Amino acid sequence: MSLEVEIAFTLNGRAVSAAVPATASALTVLRERFDLAGAKLVCGEGECGACTIIVDGLSRNSCLMPAVDLAGRTVRTVEGLWGERGLDPVQQAFVDTGAVQCGYCTAGMVMQIRHALDRNPAAGEAELRRAIEGNVCRCTGYAKVIEAALAAGQRMRGGGAP
Amino acid sequence: MPLAQELKPLEIDAYVDAVSLDAAVRALADGAGTPVAGGTDLWIQKDLGKRAYGRRLVNIRRVAALGGIAEEGGRIRIGALATMTEILESPLLLRAAPVLPATADRFASVQIRNAATVGGNIANASPAADMVLPLLCLDAEVELARWHENRIDRRRLPLAAFFAGPGKTRALPGELITAVSFDRPAAGSFGAFQKSGPRPALEIARVALCIAGRREGRRLTSVRIAAGAVAPTPIRCPRTEAEIEGVALDDAAIARALESLGREIAPIDDVRGSAWYRRHLAAAFLEEELGRVARS
Repeated sequence: MSLEVEIAFTLNGRAVSAAVPATASALTVLRERFDLAGAKLVCGEGECGACTIIVDGLSRNSCLMPAVDLAGRTVRTVEGLWGERGLDPVQQAFVDTGAVQCGYCTAGMVMQIRHALDRNPAAGEAELRRAIEGNVCRCTGYAKVIEAALAAGQRMRGGGAP
Repeated sequence: MPLAQELKPLEIDAYVDAVSLDAAVRALADGAGTPVAGGTDLWIQKDLGKRAYGRRLVNIRRVAALGGIAEEGGRIRIGALATMTEILESPLLLRAAPVLPATADRFASVQIRNAATVGGNIANASPAADMVLPLLCLDAEVELARWHENRIDRRRLPLAAFFAGPGKTRALPGELITAVSFDRPAAGSFGAFQKSGPRPALEIARVALCIAGRREGRRLTSVRIAAGAVAPTPIRCPRTEAEIEGVALDDAAIARALESLGREIAPIDDVRGSAWYRRHLAAAFLEEELGRVARS
């Protein structure tokens, strides 16, 4: 029986707490303790980005993040992107451009693109392509994903739908 | 080196969330602690039994004294907790030692750069550790601290002397990397980092090479060359450096340098590439960099 550690943090705008195994990943805790299944376990090695979450404003592979280190942090998962005004601009752009096939990589892609656009809403194609270097899609290639990211950036800059 | 302990998955029976250097080194003092910061190496390795882990997990991520990138008295100090993203974006490093941000730019992915620390890249002691190469070229020292006789005992060690083998360092039991530091490079210095993998991102280097120095026409002075994934540890190549130092670079001089490099590296065959291919890559990288100077 592995040691459990009591942690408290802010999850999608809510104060939460949990006792988590000391060797658990943030991904396991988000999925199993908080029923947030948006972030996915695929490679478990930080190679694919399907588990991407945003911690204190920085995107992270939640599969490689010690759950105990969530303590005191502000965590955003794909479930937290949904706001009063409906879908986040990145989510809406994925819907509009059809940037989803099997969907397994989508939550990670959306979070990573949101992170890139938060840091630079004017990010162009080259910058966005580099931003998702750590996100693997095995279905479609990346053309529609980048199309969606560019559309989302335009929307976030107030340019309306392209 | 014989294995002192059986290698087992990480098992934890105590957790310390250290908030000061004092608390961190005390928690590690008996050698039974496993420090964690970014987790990008440890959380992959923990289930594989790659190391002899201590059963007390010590989270050093919030130790403010271990962070920051700053210059004092002509010496640049990068705290052990500085992430690859912080190195990539540091205005000081972009100005004073741009080879470090250039290397960070080739390091893994955004998500991993946001987590991985320079202290972790050094402590993990991979023969293919990217960030170690430019630091070796900057003659960096690694700063260490441990709790000893009721006080914090600090020492500095040349980074080049810190590695003992794959995954092995010369840190004492309970000793923590606190920073890496180096003299600010003279104005007009240059540095270049080259790395091979099938794609730009998320590659563990098949071969990486870093060269630094000062350019004076077709000559290089204060030449530093470091290579990764070509020996049991990241290495400097002093004989190749000497071969190049101050010499007007032409085809013959470059050929001599490549021959010397071939004698200084000792790559192996593994899943990422053959020894033959690694030799080819290392030579190609050096040839490209020296050719750039020769043609200038």
